[in-house]
Amino acid sequence: MYYYLRLTRALDERAQILYRQNKVVGGLFSSLGQEAISIGSGFALAKGDYVGPMIRNSGTVLVRGHTARDVMTNYLAKSTAPTQGKDNSQHFGDIERTGVISCISMLGTLVPVMAGMALGARMKGETRVAMTYVGDGASSTGDFYEGLNFAAVQKLPLVVIIENNHYAYSTPTSKQSLLKDLAEKSKAFGIPGFVGDGNDVLEVYGMTKKCVEDARKGGGPQLLEFKTCRMRGHAVHDDASYVPPELFEEWKKKDPIARFEKELQLTDAEKSEIEGKLKSTVDDAVDYAEKSPLPDGRLAYKGVFEDDSIVQFTPWWKRDA
Amino acid sequence: MPELTFLQAISRGLWEEMEADKTVFLMGEDIGKYGGAFRVTEGFLDKFGPERVIETPLAEEGFVGAAIGAAYVGMRPVVEFQFIDFIACAFDQIVNFACTSRYRWGQGVPLTMRGPWGGGLRAGPFHSRNVEMWFAHSPGIKVVAPSTPTDAKGLIKACIRDNDPCLFLEHKGLYRRIKEEVPDNSPPIPIGKAKVVRAGEALTIVSYGMMVHRCLEAMGQMKDLSVELIDLRTIYPLDRASVVESVKKTNKVMIVHEDTRTGGIGAEIAAILNEEAFEHLDGPVVRVTSPDTPVPSAPAMEDVFLPSVADIVAAARKLASY
Repeated sequence: MYYYLRLTRALDERAQILYRQNKVVGGLFSSLGQEAISIGSGFALAKGDYVGPMIRNSGTVLVRGHTARDVMTNYLAKSTAPTQGKDNSQHFGDIERTGVISCISMLGTLVPVMAGMALGARMKGETRVAMTYVGDGASSTGDFYEGLNFAAVQKLPLVVIIENNHYAYSTPTSKQSLLKDLAEKSKAFGIPGFVGDGNDVLEVYGMTKKCVEDARKGGGPQLLEFKTCRMRGHAVHDDASYVPPELFEEWKKKDPIARFEKELQLTDAEKSEIEGKLKSTVDDAVDYAEKSPLPDGRLAYKGVFEDDSIVQFTPWWKRDA
Repeated sequence: MPELTFLQAISRGLWEEMEADKTVFLMGEDIGKYGGAFRVTEGFLDKFGPERVIETPLAEEGFVGAAIGAAYVGMRPVVEFQFIDFIACAFDQIVNFACTSRYRWGQGVPLTMRGPWGGGLRAGPFHSRNVEMWFAHSPGIKVVAPSTPTDAKGLIKACIRDNDPCLFLEHKGLYRRIKEEVPDNSPPIPIGKAKVVRAGEALTIVSYGMMVHRCLEAMGQMKDLSVELIDLRTIYPLDRASVVESVKKTNKVMIVHEDTRTGGIGAEIAAILNEEAFEHLDGPVVRVTSPDTPVPSAPAMEDVFLPSVADIVAAARKLASY
């Protein structure tokens, strides 16, 4: 867990540098300060379970079996990226191999989709838990309500985690909801809801694990809210000047990695071994991504449908006379 | 060979697909005991059970999303909208999630969405709409709109077997109005192929859905004119070749659709013909469509809104004499 916390942060830091070098295609959405939620919950799933991450959940994706190379190549939109440059950011996955579902920018959409994956698995006679995340912002969407309600009525093994990080872009949670705890929304669906400390990786793991296993045993959907703080702006372009400095000060003291380090009390030898592994993994990922070729532009015409000929069309002005 | 109404043909197509393939299942509002608002799925709950005939909460965005998820793990969901107008409530899941899925990460979504569509039943602005172009303009989904029981049965099967999202539009004005003999266990009919309903020489009319029948009625009133009638059957992917080929023969064409005028498929066909058959045209490409308004409720107004037989005859006569 500690290694994945550190790897997530190290990749994020390197991506910030690459972004400033104008090498990242699209936006860059940092998970700084929120890593414990991705890592703790990622470890709570079993092999064969499904998970739908958001853009700040690269930690989850790493825990579930994607590589640092996957993360970096997709940021740089290279031909070697999981999406071959078709999509950017943390928008990728692999249903068969890792159980990770690629998200879209419309937040909340994965809640009903993940419910459907649990439903489909059940229809095939399999018991697989599906888990996904929303922010405080996406807990306002119709998809959040419709998806959780559908899952509740169908008693599907779905775990939804609200990462309450105080801000949706620049909008404070107080403008999303009058509730103090967003997990109270569980009452609307008649399902269990819990609130936990999102900066304590072991608490996240323990609470999520219990929800995942309850869901697996037929307990229906579970709603978890983890309180945390987004320690950067919405994306790199955003200086987060709307966040009071005291809030950042307060949450800096609760940094999930520093807290976990205190509990772990690693020896210097253990630390340097991890540092070495981190450096080589991140260096390799960046090097691999930078050296990877750009995708062939003509790939743009491919993959809309199973039958590519549907969209292939030579316009009048490009034809020979 | 059983004689089936348009509605029964759709129902039979669904039934045969569910019998043949255990991964096919239904989701929608009131589709169980009640059999759906128009009774397309009557008897399905008893035959296939609640696991495969799933009655959903009143939440289109939610159940379309769930259908996408089930499709991701190898199921073939068929979602019913009580009236196709309500597909607007699920727009985000369809155009942003499902339509882009194969393109952005290689995961096809074998999802069929179907529902009663179109006007003429005095059902007002929210139960009469023509939604086809919202989706024809969203890359990643096929849009199918049959006009006969045989085509309806064959095309619903093709949609279910397709590995990409399909929207299947059922004109409710045809549900119980037309009947024909349709064989049991009939094969699917390929998506994307238009049909020459009647061959002719002087003029081509391109149409789809209920308007095909209105065109036939109009043609009955102008027997002196040799009209070729093409039923598109699929709006996307459009069978460009069939339309172009016909126009190269007749040199005159009009498009008749009950969808509103601006950005209707008629506009696209006119543009295609400009590029592909410019030198073959002996007259303007003419459109007979609804005006750019919501669908009005009062019969007197809806009759003005929808293209009438008289409109089609008048337009065809004027074009023929051009």
